[in-house]
Amino acid sequence: MESLDLHKITVRELNQYLHKEFPQKSDKKLEILNPDGVHSIAVGLDTEAEVDIKGHGGYYVGGHNKHAKITVHGNVGWGVAENMMSGQVRVKGFASESAGASGHGGTLIIEGDASLRCGISMKGIDIVVGGNVGNFSCFMAQAGRLVICGDAGDALGDSLYEAVIYVRGKVKSLGADAQEEPMTDADYAALKGLLDIAGFNHNPKEFKRIASAKTLYNWNADANQEY
Amino acid sequence: MCGIVGLLVKNQKMRSQLGELMLPMLIGMTDRGPDSAGLAVFGTPVPKNERKFNLYTADEDFNWQKLGHDFQAHLGNKADIALKVNHAVLTTSLEPTTVKVWLKDHYPQLHLLSVGQLMDVYKDTGTPAQVAARYDFQKLSGTHLVGHTRMATESAVTPQNAHPYTAGEDWCLVHNGSFSNPNSVRRMLQHKGIAFETDNDTEAACRFLEWRMREGDDLNTALHKGFEVLDGFYTLLMGTRDQLALVRDPFACKPAIVAEHDDYVAIASEYRSLAQLPDVKNAKLFEPMPEELYIWKV
Amino acid sequence: MSKKLVLEESAGFNRNVIEYIHRASATGLYEIRGIGAKRKLPHFDDLTFLAGSASRYPLEGYRERCTTKTILGTRFAKKPIELAIPITIAGMSFGALSANVKESLGRAATEMGTSTTTGDGGMTPEERNSSKTLVYQCLPSRYGFNPDDLRRADAIELVIGQGAKPGGGGMLLGQKVNPRVAGMRTLPVGVDQRSACRHPDWTGPDDLAIKVQELRELTDWEKPIYIKIGATRVFNDVKLAVHAGADVIVLDGMQGGTAATQTVFLEHIGIPTLAALRQAVEALEDMNMKDQVQLIISGGIRTGADVAKALAMGADAVAIGQGVLFSLGCNSETYVQNGQHISAEADYEALGTAPGFCHHCHTGKCPVGVTTQDAILEQRLQPDVASKRLRNYLKTLTMELTTVARACGKMNVHHLEREDLVALTIEAAAMANVPLAGTNWIPGARF
Repeated sequence: MESLDLHKITVRELNQYLHKEFPQKSDKKLEILNPDGVHSIAVGLDTEAEVDIKGHGGYYVGGHNKHAKITVHGNVGWGVAENMMSGQVRVKGFASESAGASGHGGTLIIEGDASLRCGISMKGIDIVVGGNVGNFSCFMAQAGRLVICGDAGDALGDSLYEAVIYVRGKVKSLGADAQEEPMTDADYAALKGLLDIAGFNHNPKEFKRIASAKTLYNWNADANQEY
Repeated sequence: MCGIVGLLVKNQKMRSQLGELMLPMLIGMTDRGPDSAGLAVFGTPVPKNERKFNLYTADEDFNWQKLGHDFQAHLGNKADIALKVNHAVLTTSLEPTTVKVWLKDHYPQLHLLSVGQLMDVYKDTGTPAQVAARYDFQKLSGTHLVGHTRMATESAVTPQNAHPYTAGEDWCLVHNGSFSNPNSVRRMLQHKGIAFETDNDTEAACRFLEWRMREGDDLNTALHKGFEVLDGFYTLLMGTRDQLALVRDPFACKPAIVAEHDDYVAIASEYRSLAQLPDVKNAKLFEPMPEELYIWKV
Repeated sequence: MSKKLVLEESAGFNRNVIEYIHRASATGLYEIRGIGAKRKLPHFDDLTFLAGSASRYPLEGYRERCTTKTILGTRFAKKPIELAIPITIAGMSFGALSANVKESLGRAATEMGTSTTTGDGGMTPEERNSSKTLVYQCLPSRYGFNPDDLRRADAIELVIGQGAKPGGGGMLLGQKVNPRVAGMRTLPVGVDQRSACRHPDWTGPDDLAIKVQELRELTDWEKPIYIKIGATRVFNDVKLAVHAGADVIVLDGMQGGTAATQTVFLEHIGIPTLAALRQAVEALEDMNMKDQVQLIISGGIRTGADVAKALAMGADAVAIGQGVLFSLGCNSETYVQNGQHISAEADYEALGTAPGFCHHCHTGKCPVGVTTQDAILEQRLQPDVASKRLRNYLKTLTMELTTVARACGKMNVHHLEREDLVALTIEAAAMANVPLAGTNWIPGARF
């Protein structure tokens, strides 16, 4: 297994290698040693590859990921998999704030807890959290799904568009325009699919569905008459 | 905007290495705070009837000997003065009020950084590495410390505007974030007779807590009142005689991470600063929740 | 004999204010509109140049060269931006503007050797294909933001705020969220776009520095990173942007435009471009970074004189938004179809306005096809015609700029300096830090 050590090379050298030479290889498997909380590890990957980060990452691990499968054997800082387009990022520890922020696609799995603003502004990414999520999770989430196996903090799903949240534990409070809705067979099937990808062994029947009440969709329509 | 670090050494045998352990933590926060740095360290207390006064001067040729002579001549007391470049620790058994008044009257150009039995405070402009080298941070020993690297948001880049800010005795605070109503808070406190040294937003929070504790609130109550009055984004780390205390605002927009180990408790804005601590892979790592007060006692 | 009509208007409660109160009372909602601040503000018109005299010798036009070449992004990027003129096209979104407009902007900019900038909503193929130099915005909403466009861009502009609405986010009302726009932004069709005013994954300059590094890592340190600020606490903000790692700072004064926001933002938040520019230059000089970090100023830049004055005050370039739209036909009485001028006055009237007064970009019913997503209305602006108009406007601005520079004895427009300027009013003198004409007096303390 190819191995790169962030005690020996800079993250800049690492990323340039991942963008230029690495995609040409036939066997795209890489482990990254001694991340030590450095920021922007493995950002902008655009190739099918397996990357294992052996330790804790800093901010923006796997940012803008396309196609690659990244596993962090530790915790991550802010914005893990931010703006991810496709592929998968798995965090074995906990994730700091804004996990999966503005993600367009792919799957983000956090085995531990995710902090505040998990799934903020998401645009199609699927996020599965084994533990709890912090306040303001799924703030302004437009599309995609957030699965919370633990509890959620305050203001869950504030200002939701079309994203859907499945939560198993307690919800401290719902955000503006978020409401609980009955689970349908389609929800159960989708949820089972996501839990299977994550490898979490929960019964989908234990989950609630949270979605937008859609009262903010055209909130100033009446004012149009005055123009 | 800034970086904060905190370190409390539980293992008595490691207390002599406090500075050595802290140095990479502080330097790790240079990107967050390139303008100035500072720290407060809590070490061996001076005898009960004595106090340490940490003093700073911009003038590297300042005549400390003369100050010592004048002190003895005017006040009839021989003070012990320990020097590091432009920083001095003056130890005396005289009443703090007497000393403070005398300093203000005779040496107004000096900046009084702190008063206490255990606490020494250093802060200056320059990169964290420069400040650390100037005051020999590597050699510091003690039970716990609170450190800070600064990127100035609104007020000036001067030594006085660097953190930590102190209040009373053996109490200090560092801040990462930006308060949005510091001027009104300052004016409210000034009307109550509380004096300010700078226009820095952190000082407003420091004096607010000082006021509340002076009125009899414990730290927890004072901070809860702070949630109502102080507006903006903040992670606050405080050091007292025997503890470190940490709190984050309700939006928790400024980062913080804690490592709890049998030998130590370490706090920083980013994990990067904790990565070199001994045996950190066996530490319990977690992020503090918003609006909760975390306390670690020596 | 009828009574003599005596009409005395109140300055405080004038007709506009009475209309505001009537509308608020009828709807219970704030007003939303397009364009920028309409009220009179101290601006570049309040400055004038000291040109050729017995002590300063002007250059001849035509024969004696006056360079307009401008380089942006020299601090860290491997590939700085090279422009033929110091006049760029400001960030404006596809969504606010039609695809035809975006194509026209690109074509004119390419012909004149300058850049265009994407806006909220992302990069369209029309703009990337027609614009030789394209700056890609990274906004709080992150609508349409993606790594492929990042890699295709020539520079990246991280937007903290804009002059029209510092502290506010993007806004696009449901009537302009058509299927194409909705698809790009991952929104339901016809739904009002709500705005995020902060970025989702960083808050504050210390964390901004980490985000800027990430953008560099994503693009292998090749492309300049601009940081765009709406003008409020300019002196501090410029310093923080430098600390955060900006190659170029884009500063947008309160006169800056938008397609839609609340009027309270437009008229009452932010400071004039003149004051902002002065503070930005001072901040860079205070840090000794003036020759390392470039400054682009925007917000009501309209004429060649404005461009010249902005450069003299210390900007490296200007960005124009509203002026460019006026050039394309905004507020024109007619639009052009197949070489014919056709009246649009009835459409203005239907909106409750008239040419020269219209600010109804937010409705999507632009009578001349500029700020619309309507399939019929957008045909009223044809890229062949529009791009030529814009090219002409940019050419005129450049000619006026070089005329002024030559008159002041400069062979390079970037050699204009603030000592070439004096002020015509006390406010302008104080804000711009130049003496009142005929005196040595600059009112007020340094800042």
